[in-house]
Amino acid sequence: MSNSSFGNVGIVIVSHSPKIAEGAADMVRQMVGNAVPLAWTGGDTDGGLGTNVAGILEAIEAAWSPAGVAILVDLGGAETNSEMAVEMLAEDRRVRVVVCNAPVVEGAVIAATESSGGSSLAAVKRSAEEFYA
Amino acid sequence: MHDVNASRAANAFVPLTASAILVNAVGLHARPSVKLTQCAKGFAARIELALAPDGPWTDAKSPVKVMRVKAPQGATLHFRVTGPDGNAALAAVLALVHDGFGEA
Repeated sequence: MSNSSFGNVGIVIVSHSPKIAEGAADMVRQMVGNAVPLAWTGGDTDGGLGTNVAGILEAIEAAWSPAGVAILVDLGGAETNSEMAVEMLAEDRRVRVVVCNAPVVEGAVIAATESSGGSSLAAVKRSAEEFYA
Repeated sequence: MHDVNASRAANAFVPLTASAILVNAVGLHARPSVKLTQCAKGFAARIELALAPDGPWTDAKSPVKVMRVKAPQGATLHFRVTGPDGNAALAAVLALVHDGFGEA
């Protein structure tokens, strides 16, 4: 579900479907490699389709990096629950976590690619969001 | 296969240019694009690529832009590199293309 932290920006994948989240993480690992802290979460607390704040907080923790964490989300609730999770972080961490406005699969791969080169959190977010530019 | 007919004038920041043919089966699709941008990001030099010697040029450090080039197998990839480590950067990206991004 995650790996150890480097100096690179961490990536968190949040989908309503744990299969999508895990699959997107697999793509990141295979295409980008292991130089980026990565975690995924998906599904509601009953195991159905959905997202939950506690799961997102765990994923942020698992992918934590001093450089910050970029979150990629799929639809509606994934975004609002991610924003809620960010709100619940301690203030010093909250400022180093961003939710990207990007497609979840492509955005995760691109964000991780950017991060693997040592880019800043702002650059990682900007690169992922190029998909909608 | 490629020509390093770079303009190596006294000024180290004069753009260096070279080209190479894409040999890997899928062309410059997702995985090769990621490898290319990761390689390019390792250098300070500005690295651009194009499908024609006169451009339009694409920032080789942007995975999204590189994927949008959609360069197919057999395409000639032109590189234009500008910066203090330009020679090493150009050699590295050419090696990657020649090597089929490790998957040819």
